[in-house]
Amino acid sequence: MEINVKSLTTDNNSETAKISSRRTFLKWSSAAALAALAFGAIGPEKFVANDAFLGLPIEPLAQGAVDLGKGDIGILNYAYALEQLEAAFYTQVISTKFNRMTSAESAILTDIRDHEIAHREFFKVALGKKAIPGLQVNFTSIDFGSRESVLGTAKTFEDLGVSAYNGAGQLLKKGEYLLLAGKIVSVEARHAASIRDLLQPMSSYFSGDDVTDPNTGLDMAKMPSEVLAAAGPFIRTRITANNLPRPKM
Amino acid sequence: MDNNISLLETVEPDIIGEMTARRGPIEKAKAMTGVLGSTIISFGALAGSAFGGDKKLPGKIVDVLNFALTLEYLEDDFYRTAVGSSNLIPREARDVFGQISKHETAHVALLKSVLGSKAVAKPQFDFTAGGAFGDVFSNYQTFLAVSQALEDTGVRAYKGQAGNLQDNAKILTVALQIHSVEARHAAQVRRLRGEKGWITNDSRGSLPAPTQAVYNGEGNAMQGGANLAGLAGLSNDAITEAFDEPLTKDEVLKIAGLFLRK
Repeated sequence: MEINVKSLTTDNNSETAKISSRRTFLKWSSAAALAALAFGAIGPEKFVANDAFLGLPIEPLAQGAVDLGKGDIGILNYAYALEQLEAAFYTQVISTKFNRMTSAESAILTDIRDHEIAHREFFKVALGKKAIPGLQVNFTSIDFGSRESVLGTAKTFEDLGVSAYNGAGQLLKKGEYLLLAGKIVSVEARHAASIRDLLQPMSSYFSGDDVTDPNTGLDMAKMPSEVLAAAGPFIRTRITANNLPRPKM
Repeated sequence: MDNNISLLETVEPDIIGEMTARRGPIEKAKAMTGVLGSTIISFGALAGSAFGGDKKLPGKIVDVLNFALTLEYLEDDFYRTAVGSSNLIPREARDVFGQISKHETAHVALLKSVLGSKAVAKPQFDFTAGGAFGDVFSNYQTFLAVSQALEDTGVRAYKGQAGNLQDNAKILTVALQIHSVEARHAAQVRRLRGEKGWITNDSRGSLPAPTQAVYNGEGNAMQGGANLAGLAGLSNDAITEAFDEPLTKDEVLKIAGLFLRK
């Protein structure tokens, strides 16, 4: 069957994505399934999603891998990739709100969506011709109708983002870029704390011992290899990061 | 002996006198300007040589770390006093502030361990800010207000110093790892006060006017040389919330100086 889908994202991707699939999206609300396909700046090209959902095998992409590049540009593209992932996720979260999402939750998640879109679009503009293309995401493991699944994934993404920026700071050469990363990472940390408080209100969880070392009071810092391994299952486009700078020590 | 003088105490006239008595005319002139920021700069520039201690750390880094330590002393004292005050923090919020207090104590210990003998001493604080927050340890709302101001300031302070730590990857990373924890704290406290976890424009929200310096400049929409106004159809609120802004050391010390015992 072939379906014409109007993108549900709030980004510039308003063009119609042409999607064809052998399977019908039986277990998905139509909006959720189609939004998942339309994310990640897929653009107008034909997107073949044979057996793409419900945990079934995904057909390999026809196109080659996306390389993040080297030096500061590579690190900025790395950040851009993570921001694309987050923006796509929250766009879908708001497009297909989970059951009984409260107005307070909706307000928080909508704000976060807008922040992540701002980050994504900022990197896209800042990187210009050096920007990696829009990535295709894979959210088949997320149940967007479930509060637990959505907030649990949000927590994963935010904590991962914080640890990614914390780890990447030392890989940046230009002070201006380090400052920019600093401007963004604290907002990601604000998100992480807020999402965590939605999961376990009024507890120590907003900066829990699982992410903030209780002995040093330090948040996690992770290198790109570790971060990309964790983000990998949510990104369909194959990414290579072999040319990124490596830590000196 | 100088390592008993803390950063903030340098604004005290008698301490400045003591310092200048032991130093040359240039330092004396700088210290006597009476302007908090420039006093701190002149003092901080001397820290590396004046304090002895860990010879491996360049003065610039010692300076930043002592600046951070001073802020952590402030936060640590603040929360330990609050957590120890009866009838201040309601039962349901005790886990939150217990966690924050634990982190600030850990930050102090960590920074002191890095600085060794070069660590500045803890100043004496007045969290009522000379009476402006007179009931800070008996009125929960006042306590929350000061807490939010301190946390949002802390985030901006670390952000502003990252560039000064670029020569030392390890210390830079530690500073970033503290920075994001302060941001988690800030978001949590803001939400306890009914504010968003993030800062919209340069709004101090429902905080009193004397805290405005904590938020000045947060309304910046210029990032990386580009004006992001109207980006992707987003509101200005969203764009300014998406980027936190730094404060200079002088700006931070002016804010922190409000809580120095006079």
